[in-house]
Amino acid sequence: MTESLLITLSIVTLFLPLLGFAVVVLTGKKFSKMYLFEMLIISATLLISLTIAFFKLSYYPHDIVASLDWFKFSNVPGIGTLNFEIGVKIDNLTALMLIVVNLISFLVHLFSIEYMHGDPRYNRYFSYLGIFTFSMLGIVLTHNLLMMYIFWELVGLSSYLLIGFWFEKKSASDASKKAFIVNRVGDIGMFAGILILFTNYHTFTFDKIFEQISMGHLPFNSPAWLTAAGILVFMGAVGKSAQFPLHVWLPDAMEGPTPVSALIHAATMVAAGVYLVVRIFAMLTADAMTVIAIIGAVTSFIAATIALTQNDIKKVLAYSTVSQLGYMIMALGVGAYSFAFFHLVTHAFFKACLFLGSGSVIHAMHHEQDIRNMGGLRKKLPITYYTFLISTLAISGIPFTSGFLSKDGILAGTLTFGKLTGYWFIPALGFLVALLTAFYMFRLVILTFHGEPRDHHKYDHAHESPFVMAAPLVILATLSIFIWYTPNPVGADQGWFLSKWVKTPHTVVPQNQRFNFMKTEEKTAAAETSEPALHEAEAPVHGEITHSEMYTEAMHASHYPAMFLSIAMAGLGILFAFLIYQWKKISADMLEEKLRPLHKFSLNKWYIDELYDATWIAGTLAFSKMLYWIDSVIIDGAVNGAATVTRFVSRLSGLFDTFVVDGFVNFTAFLSGFIGLNFKKLQTGKVQTYVIFVVFAIIIIMLVFKPY
Amino acid sequence: MLQVGLTHFLVIGAILFSLGIYGIITRKNAVMVLMGVELILNAANINFVAFSRYGNFGLNGQIAALFVIVLAAAEAAIALAIVLNIYKTYSNVNVDEISNLKE
Amino acid sequence: MAGFPILSLVTFLPVLGMIIIMFLKKEQALTIKYTTLLITGIQLVVAVVMLLNFNYNAQGVFQQSSFQFIEKFRWIQVPGVSWLGTVKIDYFLGVDGISMPMILLTAIVSFIATLSSWNIEKSIKGYFALFLLLDTGMMGVFVSLDFFLFYIFWELMLLPMYFLIGIWGGPRKEYAAIKFFIYTLFGSVFMLLVMIGLYFSAFETLADGTKVHTFNLLAMMDPSNFSANGILSPFNPSNLRFIAYIALFVGFAIKIPMFPFHTWLPDAHVEAPTPISVILAGVLLKMGTYGILRISYPIFPDITKQLMWWIALFGMINILYGAFVALAQKDFKKLIAYSSVSHMGYVLLGMASLTTAGISGAVFQMFNHGTITAMLFLIVGVIYDRAHTRGLDEFGGLAVQMPIYAGFVTVAFFAAIGLPSMSGFVSEALVFVGSFSVEGIRVLSILSSLGILLGAGYMLWTLQRVYLGKLNEKWANLKDLDVREYLMFVPLSIIVIFLGVYPSGMLNIMTTSVNTLVNLVNNGFAKVLF
Repeated sequence: MTESLLITLSIVTLFLPLLGFAVVVLTGKKFSKMYLFEMLIISATLLISLTIAFFKLSYYPHDIVASLDWFKFSNVPGIGTLNFEIGVKIDNLTALMLIVVNLISFLVHLFSIEYMHGDPRYNRYFSYLGIFTFSMLGIVLTHNLLMMYIFWELVGLSSYLLIGFWFEKKSASDASKKAFIVNRVGDIGMFAGILILFTNYHTFTFDKIFEQISMGHLPFNSPAWLTAAGILVFMGAVGKSAQFPLHVWLPDAMEGPTPVSALIHAATMVAAGVYLVVRIFAMLTADAMTVIAIIGAVTSFIAATIALTQNDIKKVLAYSTVSQLGYMIMALGVGAYSFAFFHLVTHAFFKACLFLGSGSVIHAMHHEQDIRNMGGLRKKLPITYYTFLISTLAISGIPFTSGFLSKDGILAGTLTFGKLTGYWFIPALGFLVALLTAFYMFRLVILTFHGEPRDHHKYDHAHESPFVMAAPLVILATLSIFIWYTPNPVGADQGWFLSKWVKTPHTVVPQNQRFNFMKTEEKTAAAETSEPALHEAEAPVHGEITHSEMYTEAMHASHYPAMFLSIAMAGLGILFAFLIYQWKKISADMLEEKLRPLHKFSLNKWYIDELYDATWIAGTLAFSKMLYWIDSVIIDGAVNGAATVTRFVSRLSGLFDTFVVDGFVNFTAFLSGFIGLNFKKLQTGKVQTYVIFVVFAIIIIMLVFKPY
Repeated sequence: MLQVGLTHFLVIGAILFSLGIYGIITRKNAVMVLMGVELILNAANINFVAFSRYGNFGLNGQIAALFVIVLAAAEAAIALAIVLNIYKTYSNVNVDEISNLKE
Repeated sequence: MAGFPILSLVTFLPVLGMIIIMFLKKEQALTIKYTTLLITGIQLVVAVVMLLNFNYNAQGVFQQSSFQFIEKFRWIQVPGVSWLGTVKIDYFLGVDGISMPMILLTAIVSFIATLSSWNIEKSIKGYFALFLLLDTGMMGVFVSLDFFLFYIFWELMLLPMYFLIGIWGGPRKEYAAIKFFIYTLFGSVFMLLVMIGLYFSAFETLADGTKVHTFNLLAMMDPSNFSANGILSPFNPSNLRFIAYIALFVGFAIKIPMFPFHTWLPDAHVEAPTPISVILAGVLLKMGTYGILRISYPIFPDITKQLMWWIALFGMINILYGAFVALAQKDFKKLIAYSSVSHMGYVLLGMASLTTAGISGAVFQMFNHGTITAMLFLIVGVIYDRAHTRGLDEFGGLAVQMPIYAGFVTVAFFAAIGLPSMSGFVSEALVFVGSFSVEGIRVLSILSSLGILLGAGYMLWTLQRVYLGKLNEKWANLKDLDVREYLMFVPLSIIVIFLGVYPSGMLNIMTTSVNTLVNLVNNGFAKVLF
């Protein structure tokens, strides 16, 4: 396996799903079995990806990069050559993401064979899965922001197509439109951030940008712009990873087929936002990281409170996804880089399992999604139940699951952050959310699977899912166990995942702009002595340590408190769930009655949708109506008015022409005629009259001129 | 003793002239009109002769008077011929009726 | 290739076709149609041959020697007309990297529009004759390098357009045609004044050493050709040049159409038959921005630099205003018309940046807008042909009834939204890269990016209202695309996607010329450079 072969394979694995999409979408109408082609493609993609990941993780400690110019401008005045590069970079993160994306994608394909059976656009569905896989792999493989943005939008497209797959339903087409537009809001920010970086560095490539920043070249020579660039690019993640205030699209996205929700809106695409922040982590300033941490914490809290009262099985899972994504973002904000990525991976598996499990339930209940109509399904759907339970334990953070490891690390990170910076509300929110998560997830499990069936008709018809649906559940549930990531069930630090594969990158932000516990790449001794002023505050540490010792110590110190506290929180949450819903010691209705305003607030999702409808959407539409009115009445009115004025003036000048100019001419003629007519009468034809005139004329002349 | 001078001749000429004009204007008969014209011509003749006698013009006035007499004769002949023709055309010599000149 | 008058061929081929059609009988409808198709087809082939022989490294813009396919000979010469001196007008054609994409665009759009004209029924002979005349007018604008000739073609195109809208249009066709005609003519008057002003200010030295006034655009770009006291001479300290620039700009702005001169566009589009809308949006609007790049920029580089903020401002207003107003539309065609206003704003914004990325983006956007909007108007045409209505709220669920059509709709709509992998993305991104990098207009650039969001808003909303949801039973008998319509959409889709994936195909054509233009404008005049 040479590097170039790995690159070639990665490009093959990128474009195979696109081929699948193109072939199936073009021929799917004629040949009803075309979906099998897509299955073949995704299997091949999975195999190749596993190969790449295996070789990368085992044999290549360094990154493998290949790039080419997509297009370029030569001899640009003042700049020289302007390259728009695209390229592939395979590092450990890429390798791990390749496994996650392709494995889940494959399992979802498999699951969908049965779940989507009988749909009139069956083949079309599989082709859409193909284009999604293609776009997602593009995000994973890229080494630059431009290509990231391109595939970012393409996953947006595939998400649009898949959410709106049943577009006959108004709610589905609404949801797909909403998803695309809300994402666009974030994308604009991301694009602006990319522009800031490109304008200054003339490159989109992460590594080149970082290199320039580390050499002290800040955007527009100002650290504020670096913070701005970080936050703006992060806005892309706010949109895609459904962070507050742009989280509103994700719950609606549940209108799509459930396997799609598992693949796109739980495991992979929404995690792309986290992946983006992971990629730009090195250039985040302290301010940017604080903003990120706060947004993550607030999102996870809001989503968790909403999830408490939802009755749609998918909605609960959707809000739990938002909440968990908030966790990851928060983790990145507090500097717990490796745990954020770790949580991304573990969450992808157990959340995909939960969604597919809910798909299995919905399938069994003939498209019933309301958990108030379920109950007692444990006996009917044993495989679904146990896999669902394992994943629920994982998301609640119970020991021996993968979720426990990653969540515990994140909470320890927030504690450390609180200790080092004084932002204590972030760990506080983090632990509170842990409690809420355990509570609402077990509420979901108990209401769905435990107790007595509440809708006997549907219950009687329920049946366990066939093999192609059960197998993905089992595989994903297995992957939610700790053993895949570390041999130690209570601490992941020493596991291969964190100690070997995922390492926090060195920050490139100048010292006075970053948290003092983040470290830059150490300069060589020579370089250090030459610039002592810049680096005197840093201890000359070499090797892989990327946080200061202060941070490492604090992290160690918070490990056990965080662990015990998080287990306690999870246990408390589970206990309450059982007390209320299983043993009915506390009446849910009574609680609801007592906390009515809070309950309504949560049930109505904090009224955020209503707020947006009333402000942004209504405002935009009203503004656009107003502008149209101005356009047609005032601006076009001015044009037509100019025409009217012109016509009026021309009519006036026409009148002037007829009556004044021509009138004068006619008057002259008339006058002559008038005079002629009247003087004609003097010409009587009688000589005698003439003679009288002559005589009188002579007399008058004589009198007037007096010639004598 | 009343001295006959230029003034007397001129007064007679003026009276004759006025009578001629009066005749031309008031008479309806073309022949009478012609006679008015003759009166005017003769009034002129008297003036010519009077100025010839009393003015410092030599015989010029006499000669002019002779010319006028000859012209008057010729004029009378032509005018009477015209009147005759008019009479032939309109069977009438009333100048009021003959207003074709108007057109 | 040298010596062969390929530009005259590509320009006057349609006139030849028009003459042939004149000799055909009224009843030979099919022959007339096929003649037109053949002529536009040959024109397209000739344009492609030109592209194959095109030298990507020739600068053009202001240097006669680096223009390509030049044809230049004396056209009108009147020696010594009293105080006017010798009147000399050249027949001067030439192509550089800025006009080449436009020639391709004109050829492609004309060909597609011919296909789309197939179901014109009223007086076919007249329609196609005028259509071909229009084709010549458009092509002529993009190849002429003599102001006088440019002006003639500019006006030539008005006449057939007037009749094509006024005779074959919708219910308010007379109003729309007259509005279009008078509005454009209003702009032309300004252009004429500036043209004459420049004529009396600039000289050209003939072979025998005598200096005569000239309409040669390239000569006007060289300040040494101006006498010091010429009214529009750069050495003249009065602000007449400034006024002339604005007058000329207004003339072009009406064509773009730039806010607030845009209101003729929705009316003309709504009333025009589909193929004419396609031509109008696809090619005619580009003449405005092309004129600015070809004439205003190199002849008045000093004023251009002064006014770039204003151009960018109007670009931003166009983008946002067009998008907002499009959002309020109930008529499908009007919506697309306003989206054109918005998309042409990106061209203005890119041009205003005076950077290579920005101007390349602008020229590329001109091409892309031509192909994408042509598709959008064809899409409207398809349902209007079938349903005889364009109300956005009257449809619904057409994606079920017409799946192939809906597929092309998706491609065109997402291209218009600027989805990466489609050509519109590259040009819009370049416009933003260019405008953002200039400090003066950075804020305008950021504000303009809201247009991307609004664009997604109105396009997806339209997509939902017309194509998604439950099928409106009223339209349950609409047929999917036939072969001819298929042939209109396929090439355009291929171009849109191909240029989205491989933009170098178009960008390389223009880079050298755009660099030259950027240098020229930023450094003052050509003379300063050489």
